[in-house]
Amino acid sequence: MLNASLKELSAALAQKKISSAELTKLFLDRTSKLNGALNAFITVDAEKSLAQARAADGRIAKDDAEPLTGVPVAHKDIFVAKGWRTTCGSKMLSNFVSPYDAHVIGRFNDAGAVILGKTNMDEFAMGSSSETSFYGPVRNPWNPDCVPGGSSGGSAAAVAARMTPAATGTDTGGSIRQPAALSGLSGLKPTYGLVSRYGMIAFASSLDQGGPMAKSAQDLALLLNVMAGFDPNDSTSVERAREDYVRDLEKPLAGLRIGVPKEHFGEGLAADVGKEVEAAFKELEKLGAKRVPISLPNSGLSVPAYYVIAPAEASSNLSRFDGVRYGHRAKEYRDLADMYRRTRAEGFGAEVRRRILIGTYVLSHGYYDAYYIKAQKIRRLIANDFIEAFKRCDLVVGPTSPTVAFKIGAKAADPVQMYLNDIYTIPANLAGLPAMSIPCGFGKGKLPVGLHIVGNYFSEARMLNAAHQYQKATDWHQRAPAGIQP
Amino acid sequence: MPLSLEEVRRIAELARIGISDAEARAVQGQLNDIFELIGQMQKVNTDGTEPMSHGQDLKLRLREDVVTERDRREQFLSLAPDREQGLYLVPKVIE
Repeated sequence: MLNASLKELSAALAQKKISSAELTKLFLDRTSKLNGALNAFITVDAEKSLAQARAADGRIAKDDAEPLTGVPVAHKDIFVAKGWRTTCGSKMLSNFVSPYDAHVIGRFNDAGAVILGKTNMDEFAMGSSSETSFYGPVRNPWNPDCVPGGSSGGSAAAVAARMTPAATGTDTGGSIRQPAALSGLSGLKPTYGLVSRYGMIAFASSLDQGGPMAKSAQDLALLLNVMAGFDPNDSTSVERAREDYVRDLEKPLAGLRIGVPKEHFGEGLAADVGKEVEAAFKELEKLGAKRVPISLPNSGLSVPAYYVIAPAEASSNLSRFDGVRYGHRAKEYRDLADMYRRTRAEGFGAEVRRRILIGTYVLSHGYYDAYYIKAQKIRRLIANDFIEAFKRCDLVVGPTSPTVAFKIGAKAADPVQMYLNDIYTIPANLAGLPAMSIPCGFGKGKLPVGLHIVGNYFSEARMLNAAHQYQKATDWHQRAPAGIQP
Repeated sequence: MPLSLEEVRRIAELARIGISDAEARAVQGQLNDIFELIGQMQKVNTDGTEPMSHGQDLKLRLREDVVTERDRREQFLSLAPDREQGLYLVPKVIE
């Protein structure tokens, strides 16, 4: 059961081979056994989870089940869930118990899924290693000395260690795909606007997008069927007809044109990662895909543009944490301004403070045009590069991350080195395009390598089709970390 | 152009984040490294390029100006660090 796919779990529940309460207990037990070592969860509440599981069992008994009814899913602690403490990895929200459900949580609840717990993450999703969490770093199940990637590193570690069958994440510059790559998982950032941001604590609103993390593309399709959909509470939610993301999984890949951007295979890409990605191209070719050389000439500027746009939006979004309406408030202060200063100095960690300072500076008088407007123009050039590329190919494919997982602490003191982890993932966020990572081999230290697949707007079904066909021909996605083999 | 220590203090004040002298000095170096990275943007000519403020240039929806939320005043106030008589309490602003 610990290694089962969502389809298998759904069938086992429907055939009453196992109850949701038993299944939930199984994963809760595994979580309590492994969480001390991996720190993947910030909050677990067995009673709440089991109550939901019993309700799901009631639905199954009445033949009122949907595909995910009774299936446990862990949620990144950035999604507020009614009655659950929701911290966003920060001291600022260490005492925050949400009075409402995020739209995504509501959808999972309506589908009858069980909330297994809230997963650890970089504070306010700012990081690529899950080391900036106030609740301590998450460890990679493939090697506990290494990071699992970030910011959705708790979700990644929880799925990789089989503590949960699936999880949610959010992706502003790579925060679903990079941890999926570094932890040997499949993860999807949908087209901007497909999954509601309501109740997803905001980092950079024009880039943030929630999505699923799981073992396989098939699991991702089932999860996306629940997560995607219009929400009037999110002003950028897209109004379009509902899609079944499972529908195209079994289509053959003959004639699929995969664009290979030359800029993603140059300096900075580790040889071990490049080798596995090349092998994946060969496998896709065997399945009938054709390689098309393409160029994304401005993608090298995505990191500089991102580190203007994301901090600018963050400095505005995080101004709400002022110690007045919720969250942390400093104990001692002289006056109102002093209360703000102390509350925010105490409540935010170093990386969050740093990004607020960058954002405040680039938005301040005299610098707005040189930084913010300039970055938005480059964002347009990057989006245009993809529009050109998609005239010649169906998917853009390459490495997700330049290296395999690195050691905890290795990049913590050097923000710029840390930021460059996301060099291949950021362009899709800037352009608003859907993108995913799937496991495609193992590199240095027997650590997982991820294959990055970017699709055109709303082409999730096509991407999942390609990923699923690849996963039918390979078994990378079925490998589990040796040390914690179920 | 590197940020001076004075500028770091000014930004921190604009952001309402208290910062000690030692922290300001440590952050100054990191911010300058980051702005060196950001400075690469200036290498590209973007004349005539329309700024892109959102993924996909979405047009924001409008809705009828009607009440959609129910009154949850007590529930929301219960989350506040300090409150009294249905109001959020802050330190005295006017003497």
